[in-house]
Amino acid sequence: MADEEAEYSIIGRPLIKVDAMAKVTGETKFADDLALPRMLHAKILRSPHPHARILSIDTGPAEALPGVHAVLTGRALPIKFGILPVSQDEEALATERVRYVGDPVAAVAAVDEETAEAACRLIRVEYEVLPALMSVGEALAREDVRIHDYGPRGNIHKEVALTFGDVEEGFSQADYVREDVFFYEGSTHLPMEQHAALASHGPDGKLCLWSSTQTPHYVHRALAKVLELPASHIRVIALPNGGGFGGKSDPFSHEIVVCKLSMLTGRPVKICLTREEVFYAHRGRHPVTMWFKTGVTRDGAITAMHFRSYLDGGAYGSYGVASLYYTGAFQTVTYEMPRYKFEGVRVFTNKPPCGPKRGHGTPQPRCALEVHLDKIAEALGLDPYEIRRRHLVQPNSVTINQLRIGTVGLGECLDRVVERSGWKEKHQKLPFGRGIGLAGSAYISGAGLPIYWNAMPHSGVQIKIDRGGGVAVFCGSTDIGQGSDSVLAYVAAEELGIEPEDIRVVTADTDLTPVDLGSYSSRVTLMTGNATIQAARKLKAQLFEAAAEKLRVPADRLRAAHRRIFDRDNPEAGIGFVEAVVLAEAKFGTLGAVGSYTPPKGLGKYKGAGVGPTPTYSYSAAVVELTVDPETGFITVDKVWLAHDIGKAINPLLVIGQIEGSVYMALGEALMEEQAFRKGVHKIPSMLEYKSPTFLETPQMESILVETLDPAGPYGAKEVGQGVLLPVVPAVLNAIYDAVGVRIDEVPASPEKIVKALEDQRRGRASGNGRLPSVTFPEPTVVQPTGA
Amino acid sequence: MRLPAFRYLAPRSLAEATRMIADAGPDGMLVSGGTDLYPNMKRLQFDPRILVGLRHLPELLGVSGDPQRGMRIGAATPLHQISLHPAIRAHYPALATAAGSVATPQIQRMGTIGGNLCVDTRCNYYNQSYEWRRAIGFCMKRDGDVCLVAPGSPRCVAVSSSDTAPVMMALGATVVLTGPDGERTVPAAALYRDDGMAYLTRRPEEILTAILLPPVDGLRSTYWKLRRRGSFDFPILGVAASLRLGGDGTCADARIVLGAVSPHPMRAAAAEEVLLGRRLTPELIEEAAMAAYRPAKPLDNTDLTLAYRKRMVRVFVSRALRELANLP
Repeated sequence: MADEEAEYSIIGRPLIKVDAMAKVTGETKFADDLALPRMLHAKILRSPHPHARILSIDTGPAEALPGVHAVLTGRALPIKFGILPVSQDEEALATERVRYVGDPVAAVAAVDEETAEAACRLIRVEYEVLPALMSVGEALAREDVRIHDYGPRGNIHKEVALTFGDVEEGFSQADYVREDVFFYEGSTHLPMEQHAALASHGPDGKLCLWSSTQTPHYVHRALAKVLELPASHIRVIALPNGGGFGGKSDPFSHEIVVCKLSMLTGRPVKICLTREEVFYAHRGRHPVTMWFKTGVTRDGAITAMHFRSYLDGGAYGSYGVASLYYTGAFQTVTYEMPRYKFEGVRVFTNKPPCGPKRGHGTPQPRCALEVHLDKIAEALGLDPYEIRRRHLVQPNSVTINQLRIGTVGLGECLDRVVERSGWKEKHQKLPFGRGIGLAGSAYISGAGLPIYWNAMPHSGVQIKIDRGGGVAVFCGSTDIGQGSDSVLAYVAAEELGIEPEDIRVVTADTDLTPVDLGSYSSRVTLMTGNATIQAARKLKAQLFEAAAEKLRVPADRLRAAHRRIFDRDNPEAGIGFVEAVVLAEAKFGTLGAVGSYTPPKGLGKYKGAGVGPTPTYSYSAAVVELTVDPETGFITVDKVWLAHDIGKAINPLLVIGQIEGSVYMALGEALMEEQAFRKGVHKIPSMLEYKSPTFLETPQMESILVETLDPAGPYGAKEVGQGVLLPVVPAVLNAIYDAVGVRIDEVPASPEKIVKALEDQRRGRASGNGRLPSVTFPEPTVVQPTGA
Repeated sequence: MRLPAFRYLAPRSLAEATRMIADAGPDGMLVSGGTDLYPNMKRLQFDPRILVGLRHLPELLGVSGDPQRGMRIGAATPLHQISLHPAIRAHYPALATAAGSVATPQIQRMGTIGGNLCVDTRCNYYNQSYEWRRAIGFCMKRDGDVCLVAPGSPRCVAVSSSDTAPVMMALGATVVLTGPDGERTVPAAALYRDDGMAYLTRRPEEILTAILLPPVDGLRSTYWKLRRRGSFDFPILGVAASLRLGGDGTCADARIVLGAVSPHPMRAAAAEEVLLGRRLTPELIEEAAMAAYRPAKPLDNTDLTLAYRKRMVRVFVSRALRELANLP
């Protein structure tokens, strides 16, 4: 739907967000701002043990506490759920087994939060403590202690082995073969807004849930399943999220619990998780150990790559199967790769479940790959920029793992950051302690498949025009701060020739809005944008037909802009938008239209081919310049240059906002964030002690937008919400090496690791690569290249 | 997380305040800015039934005196006033730096100097919610009877986390404690005990009312703080250092005090010895830094590893002394 010739009146302009004024004046209602008459407050009692069997639960003393209206245990909610159909392994409240400290066990609804909390402390749970498996190594070693009773064996949740082409043949053709081991620590999303939910089960037997969720449609499905209510009797409304980053994409225990408590008490019930509980809800970045073996020719062309990933999944499935496949999917979409083999495993451990965090499963391998490439470049005597620039994947090609590539702006992204940062004057030329690093990356613009198999559209939009000229756009998409409501308004305004402020956007309400699958996988702008264009163009055709009659001009000569419909060749001849609406309604009846979008089918037919395809990949490149204090190991990031292939910037301000937010988040992962555990318990579940950068640690940034107009995107647009995080982390590691000559093959590159590496270097000790867990992978599925 | 119920008493005079806290007995606590106390109450680290508010007592507010004769700082003076006070910045720079490095600008506007000097010792087994502490097993500082950091330890090893306490010691300040029977003045060092639980020598019915800074008399001072982030974080090492040079350029006085490496601010006496009577050369400073490094024994109960924090003692003492000696 891209059109290079197009003249836009809205698209491409740096407009304010439609909800900006409400946000800055504090008018926006987040889930915890809601209150209903007779509302009760809920609290959840959580497991104090990382792994234990529940022997008994005595709720009597809690029920007897004045002010308590209901006490709930898992017996009332026995049906399991989970975001993926293949991992329905969660219970709203644990019935027989708890699997991490923080696992929900019981819940109370009471007149206020204090009473609910006091009642939770009165619930007596008898546990039989089981061995806690806190690492991939321990979980693999103790096949006798199974955290779940499904999965191929022991504590392996999922294993994968795929081979595309003959990698051994590729290695034998290589001039240089290199192996490296990396570790990328887990981190959490840390949204400013804690998860909150309010449920009301009315006397009509209908249930409504207001929640800070990124995926109201999937929550809707989970509620219908667990509560055994018809989906048609459940309404889920997602409030604007105060940050999501993937952490509000699963159906959660607390959402189900407040619904059930409302059903039991006949009163509205609300919960807001504490910050500590948000660390337990988690679903954040998987800790991943990785091994790369890559063969290259003298000029850096890859002849084969073999990659292994070991994911520490935490206690439940969550998105984990997808996360695992994602770690292996996108090695092929940046640089030409004729042969590729991927083996991976996700392991259950007794920690809060991991899931999707900005970049979902791909920042870890991307970081490792870009550092690995830097080492290869050095060994070959090539500039890190040259080795990447020479071997870019071709536009409109198909990768060895059968992913269809659209437009590719990676080369231009690399050129731009290299030029703007003065790379050639700085790389290997800065004084000791100062360094510069480079990396490239790619990401999907929306997953090609939905979470559950179905043949329906991924995004639906309905537009209604009233006779006063008011335009309402209805869509299930959820604004998590990224600006998806604004994108709906911009696109509808562009198509109908009006201004965004003329449009009312109604979103994320399963009763009122057509389904959109949710704000995950960087899918919303592309999919809702295309659906909105389709709906709006149907209405535009009606408006033009009515206006054409009035103006006595052929409809195909008309144009809509600035609240007018006019003759392209004679712009003076035109009528106002409202007049056109009245004429069209008189001619056609009530004005309304729907549009929908389904992504193209992926090419691959092998098991696992569903993870990876997308309508188009976005590309990014980053240069990071930093200063290392060699005595303390502290790093000051001086500047980050980030170029991003956005396809087409629907609103460049929002694109830059996403870039800057991603750079900030990436630096947190690169330098300090750690989801750390000790004695089975999260070590630092608070915003004070879980170290995440503040504004003070945020460097100067320069965002560069590259537009490649991909035909798959609305006006050519691609994603920007996640992909731009990816190149920043390896660029930091590469810059540290340039600064002080030590490789930190581990994230975060914390001060103590740098000091230790420098000490090892001084003493001539090997700063050893990490060890790999011991896993025997299954025989790989051999996938023949397409067309072979 | 909710604040438990309590009674807040607002005395109109210091005399009334001392009466109120004495009457409240073990149920009572003093509060000034509340920036540390209230979050701790939410986590049930404290559960006072009565809080006596000191924030508005006129006797506890304001900075007076001058650097030539010495200065008096009311204990309820907000930290940001101290960090911005022209005479303190010019003549007691270590104090201005330390006060301006406590937590965040917002907290410096609420938090007071008295509160920071009396701030509870910290430990990442202790500064946690009630449910968290129950999950890992309660420690002796609250609700339990063992030390989870050093299981063999007979005493609590929670860390002195005040930025201003080591500075006051390095400056030779004294503190005024007022009780029902009058006031007493003690050296800042005497306010602290090497015990993470009973870390203050202040009697329960006493109120820290003022800090007295001695005449500056050529004393140079500085404060170096180690923490992960440039705002927000408590110190995981604080180095307060002061020097007075004699007419011959040798070191006449030296005080080096380490914060956040033990339950109390720790004088690095051996390092001071190295400096006294000698000229400050880079080699001498390295020698002093090594002498400060050796006895420092941080434990694994704050951010970053103990080996790293110990190593940084040397780096930070060296940097502090170089700054005072005008060496690069």
